[in-house]
Amino acid sequence: MNAQPKPDQQPTQTPDNRRLIRRLLLLVVMMFGFGYALVPLYDVFCEITGLNGKTGDQVVLNKQQVVDESRLVKVVFLASLNDSMPWSFKPEQSFIEVHPGKPTTVNYIAKNISDKNLTGQAVPSVAPGLAAAYFQKTECFCFTQQELRPGEEKVMPVTFIVDSQLPQKMNELILSYTFFTSKQQDRKTSAPLALSLHNQDQKL
Amino acid sequence: MNAVIEEHHDHDHKPTGIGRWLFSTNHKDIGTMYLWFAFIMFFVGGSLALIIRAELFQPGLQIVEPDFFNQLTTLHGLIMVFGVIMPAFVGLANWQLPLMIGAPDMALPRMNNWSFWLLPAAFGLLLASLVMSLMGMGSAPNFGWTFYAPLSTTYGPNSTDFFIFSVHLMGISSVMGAINVIATIMNMRAPGMNYMKMPIFVWTWFITAYLLIAVMPVLAGAVTMMLTDRHFGTSFFDAAGGGDPVMFQHIFWFFGHPEVYIMILPAFGIISQIVPTFSRKPLFGYSSMVYATASIAFLSFIVWAHHMFTTGMPVAGELFFMYSTMLIAVPTGVKVFNWVSTMWKGSLTFETPMLFAIAFIFLFTMGGFTGLMLCIVPADFQYHDTYFVVAHFHYVLVTGAAFSIMAAVYYWIPKWTGNMYDEKLGKLHFWLTLVSSNVLFFPMHFIGLAGMPRRIPDYALQFTEFNQIATVGAFVFGFSQLIFLYVVIKCVRGGKKASSEVWEGAKGLEFDLPSPAPFHSHTTPPQVK
Amino acid sequence: MRAVSRPIGLACLLLASNPSFADYQLNLEPGVTSFSQGAYNIHTIVMWICVIIGIVVYGAMTYSILKHRKTNHPNPAKFDDNTTIEILWTIIPVLILIAIAVPATKVLLAMEDTSNSDMSIKVTGYQWKWHYDYIGEDVSFFSNMSTPMDQIKNKEAKGENYLLEVDNHMVIPTNKKVRFLFTANDVIHAWWVPAFGVKKDAIPGFINEGWAQVAEPGIYRGQCAELCGANHGYMPIVVEAKSEQDYLAWLDEKKAAKAAADASADKTWSMDELMAKGEAAYNTNCSACHMPTGEGLPGAFPGLINSPVVMGDIARHIEVVLEGVPGTGMQAFGPQLNDADLAAIITYERNAWGNNTGDMVQPSDIKAARK
Repeated sequence: MNAQPKPDQQPTQTPDNRRLIRRLLLLVVMMFGFGYALVPLYDVFCEITGLNGKTGDQVVLNKQQVVDESRLVKVVFLASLNDSMPWSFKPEQSFIEVHPGKPTTVNYIAKNISDKNLTGQAVPSVAPGLAAAYFQKTECFCFTQQELRPGEEKVMPVTFIVDSQLPQKMNELILSYTFFTSKQQDRKTSAPLALSLHNQDQKL
Repeated sequence: MNAVIEEHHDHDHKPTGIGRWLFSTNHKDIGTMYLWFAFIMFFVGGSLALIIRAELFQPGLQIVEPDFFNQLTTLHGLIMVFGVIMPAFVGLANWQLPLMIGAPDMALPRMNNWSFWLLPAAFGLLLASLVMSLMGMGSAPNFGWTFYAPLSTTYGPNSTDFFIFSVHLMGISSVMGAINVIATIMNMRAPGMNYMKMPIFVWTWFITAYLLIAVMPVLAGAVTMMLTDRHFGTSFFDAAGGGDPVMFQHIFWFFGHPEVYIMILPAFGIISQIVPTFSRKPLFGYSSMVYATASIAFLSFIVWAHHMFTTGMPVAGELFFMYSTMLIAVPTGVKVFNWVSTMWKGSLTFETPMLFAIAFIFLFTMGGFTGLMLCIVPADFQYHDTYFVVAHFHYVLVTGAAFSIMAAVYYWIPKWTGNMYDEKLGKLHFWLTLVSSNVLFFPMHFIGLAGMPRRIPDYALQFTEFNQIATVGAFVFGFSQLIFLYVVIKCVRGGKKASSEVWEGAKGLEFDLPSPAPFHSHTTPPQVK
Repeated sequence: MRAVSRPIGLACLLLASNPSFADYQLNLEPGVTSFSQGAYNIHTIVMWICVIIGIVVYGAMTYSILKHRKTNHPNPAKFDDNTTIEILWTIIPVLILIAIAVPATKVLLAMEDTSNSDMSIKVTGYQWKWHYDYIGEDVSFFSNMSTPMDQIKNKEAKGENYLLEVDNHMVIPTNKKVRFLFTANDVIHAWWVPAFGVKKDAIPGFINEGWAQVAEPGIYRGQCAELCGANHGYMPIVVEAKSEQDYLAWLDEKKAAKAAADASADKTWSMDELMAKGEAAYNTNCSACHMPTGEGLPGAFPGLINSPVVMGDIARHIEVVLEGVPGTGMQAFGPQLNDADLAAIITYERNAWGNNTGDMVQPSDIKAARK
């Protein structure tokens, strides 16, 4: 309706178009950034909703939890190895019954059955997903990478508290650890990008 | 430089030779190239589909190995989505937008050229991976067009990098096309054509272009994350490094669901142009059509996780995405009701474009019904990743989007070439296509409900019969499209001369121009009252 | 092979119901759990609502096509809007949707309640087989498709349960709430048994839940539902529901079998024993990639005939099988199979298909190779 260009002008040169293109390009860049912003947003979203049973980072207890002696919650332990990693890995006991609010320590046992040094990263998952928010770990072998020499066996402790706020309906939780071969080890040659967002040492 | 300007003053001068196409900045030439590109890719992607259907004619492995089968399904999906439907719509936009809004050309002609020529490069890369696979040099992309991590990252074949680069090029091309469309619509409308006077096709493309700008960069982000995960040690989708493979699906479908509407909104526009013409009656509920399109576009951003109900979402999430998805049925219903009301008490004739448009309304509505069924979470647990889903999206994309493109070609080709197409052959093409596409896709509802998963090269015996029917339909459908090709070529080369109005009672600025439309469209802007 | 010339007869199926096609399922199955029945009911409700809306919309269109064609109706009406009717056809669909949403929500809430289960089975998806681990029972095993490659390659007639049969069924007791815990070893898989209405993704590193309570003993079949690589179509699921008594007996049997396998690892095997066991174990675990003929799939999976690993140093061969080859499809089978199976497979590979090395590998060799 305005700035009708003559056919023999280059329409790109009209100020209207230039301003519009700049704005649209800005939108494109913003949406590209938004794609990346979805990554931390997703983590926040997961922590709020318990999507995927992601558990939170290490907690430092600053106040004493109220121990609910009247209630017993069953916690079942699972152990998996990703990509058939040549380790053996299992919990010392298959389940435990705990009072919410009481710190509990259990052990997993991992053994390297290959003839190479292998570094693993354990990834935790809690089911049902919504319970993840009530599952607090004060100490866990999943906070750091674990290196095992050939044939080495290691006892790996995890200390956790089931929050006493845990909804009454939930009386059985699953705590699962999956060992992945460490990515650095996978790619000995390529220097890992220092992407703090996904720096493994900060994540669980 | 003077010579160039001289040339431009000569309105109907066309550059000659290959340079006319390589360096074209003319919206009609570029539109033509887009349309031919889509047409060629339609046959390429269709051939892959025929190999798939031939393998599925019987249980057991006859023609291809399972891994190659996965490459076929992946490339078929990618080619049909990014190489056929989207370029065809961009081609139609290139041809029609300036004609319909009274502009001489697109707003950004040189960018237009670039955005087209990126496409052959993108698909050259993608198809190169298939050629290399045939030569025994490793698999082509074999992880489905949805390329879920970690199958496409940690476990992807080497050709995944070809795929990633190719998707980047397609994305750049689409984004530039969209910017061009928006600039054209916002700055080049004829005097007096305010927004609520724009033809519906222009409106739907305007909204589609915004969708493209909003989501193509997200797809580009997703494949960039894949690239860095594969080669630069990041762990966006790798649980070992603190990433999450399910997050990939969230990002992908945040792009993927609006993408579905990118492929159907322009189709709504086309149908809304054609139905009034052949009903000899104005479009019913113009403004509600515009609002319905806008609300579908908005809703498309908040429904993405309905593709992921089986990933183990919390119930609250499942309910939210179920309800928001159900809402889409309302504006979509409004559109269908409006088309039916446009036909109501009209004076209908059934030339080929109208036949395709009516078939679109019938069959797209079928796809809409199955879409409603799919959004019901408990039922979706049974439908998800079965042939029921395959039936659903082929009803939407083939008998929906592809039918609308065919309707558009029949509707506007007399304006493009100045010649009428062969009506008899057009009708033959229509009836063969209509019957065969239903023979092809309708049985897929049954095998899906009976429990056949999608993307498998071989199946249990109870699925045999319906797979055979589908395969027969597929071959008839595929070869019927050769008639379409013949009709188009015949029309380009000659035929009965078309009047400027082309169709009795056709309205719109494009029908004020002579047929064929002059090389430079509205050189003096028409006045719209 | 049976159905080469059916398509024409089949076209008739759509027109008339032919009794010989009675076993062709057209609709969702109601299934045997409260989930699957809930899904079936809501599916039926929504489908009929769609049919009714369809009749109205298509009816109006058809009427218009017949009555308002130019030959019958030469003078078109001029109207192009009607606010009342537009409001109506916005509100009525909303009401219909609410009518659908209410029962759908109820069914879903019932499904997602996994509390108070009687037992749990961990289900792990592998490329391309399932692993079942009965939690707290020390019973765990792989479940591989048992359809012979010859049936797939059309060299012999296909059996009744073609592609839907496995070597080890998952066995569950009837009338117990069984909880499934899904995870995966490599890529995302999806565990689906239509009769249970359970379809859940198995995601590496993460745990998903689902459950089933089956009243009737029986065998229920399903398939992997998420594209997981080349042999995605070849990882079926078979669940056998048994009465609690039979289930406990089966559990004891499994435990006894495991004890026997552990014991047999210590004895010295003869060549014939190793070859016989090796052939069976090879066909279950290795033939999907390396093919029953040992020829592999050129370009994708290496052949084993005259392969340098198979013909070369035994220790290296054992290492490759135990630990896999990173970055390729070759998995580490050490954690997957017992010593006897591994010894038998390696012996078989070194002596089958003309690889007549004469080498014998004993379970004790494998035990020694495991650090």
